[in-house]
Amino acid sequence: MSGPIETRSTLRTPLARVLGSGSAKQGVHHWWAQRMTSIALVPLTLWFVFALAGLPSFEHAVVRAWIGAGWTPVWLTLLVLVLCHHSLSGVQVVIEDYLHGKGIKIAALLASQFAHGIVAVACVFAIVKLALA
Amino acid sequence: MRARPLSPHLSVYRFMYTMALSIAHRITGVALSAGLLLLTWWLMAAAGDAVDYATVTAVLGSPLGRTLLAGWLFAYVYHLVNGIRHLTWDAGIGLERHEARRSAKLAIVATIVLYAVLAWLLFTTAAAAQGGAQ
Repeated sequence: MSGPIETRSTLRTPLARVLGSGSAKQGVHHWWAQRMTSIALVPLTLWFVFALAGLPSFEHAVVRAWIGAGWTPVWLTLLVLVLCHHSLSGVQVVIEDYLHGKGIKIAALLASQFAHGIVAVACVFAIVKLALA
Repeated sequence: MRARPLSPHLSVYRFMYTMALSIAHRITGVALSAGLLLLTWWLMAAAGDAVDYATVTAVLGSPLGRTLLAGWLFAYVYHLVNGIRHLTWDAGIGLERHEARRSAKLAIVATIVLYAVLAWLLFTTAAAAQGGAQ
C-alpha cells in the first residue's frame, strides 16, 4: 500500500489472496496436532516400553497373549495411530525444511504419506487379529 | 532474481551445545519414524505364525539387531525427554537463554538415567526369552 489511497488492481481483499497459501493454510492445525500427539505419546509410549519390560519374556506365546488381552489392544491401537500421526507430521516438516526441489519434495511427501498409511493399517490389522484370536 | 536466503541460517551463529540438542531432536525423530517399520514388522510377525516370529527374533537378537534396538531405545528416550523440554517452551516456560542451557543439561542427564533403567529392564526380558528358547 503506498499512500493514503489504496492502489490495489483487484477487488479481492488481501485476506482472500493469502488464504490457501503459505502460513494462512494449515499451519495452526499442523502445529497444534503435533503438540497434542506429543502430549498423548508421553504416557502411551512409556506404558508400551514399561509393559514390554514387564513381560516374563519375548517368546511368541507370551507376546501374543499380551497383545490380545484386556485393554492392551486398545492402548496399542491408540499408540500406533497417534505415533503414525506424529511421525507423519514430523517427517513432513523435515522434508519441507531440507528438500528444496519441488519435484523431489512432493515425491518425498507422497512416499511418506503412503508409507505411514500402510504402517498404520498393518499395525491395526495385526493388533485386531490377535485381539480376536 | 537472486536466490533468497532460506531458513535455517546455520552459518551465521556461533556454535552452542543447545544447537546440538536441537538437531539431535530431529535426527532421533527421523530415526524413530524409520523404527515404525520395525514395530510393524514385529506386530505382523506376532500376529503371524511361529516361523515369521522366529525370523524377527533371530534378526533382532543378532549383534546388528541388538545394536539397532539399543540405538532406537536411546533415540526414543532422548526424543521423549527433549520433547517434554519443547512442550515447556510451547507453554512459554524456560525460554531465557540461561534456562534453556540449564534444561539442556538436565535433558542429557535425564536421558542417560532413563535409558540405563529401560535398557537394563528390556535386556533382562530379552535374556529371559533366549533362555526360554534353549
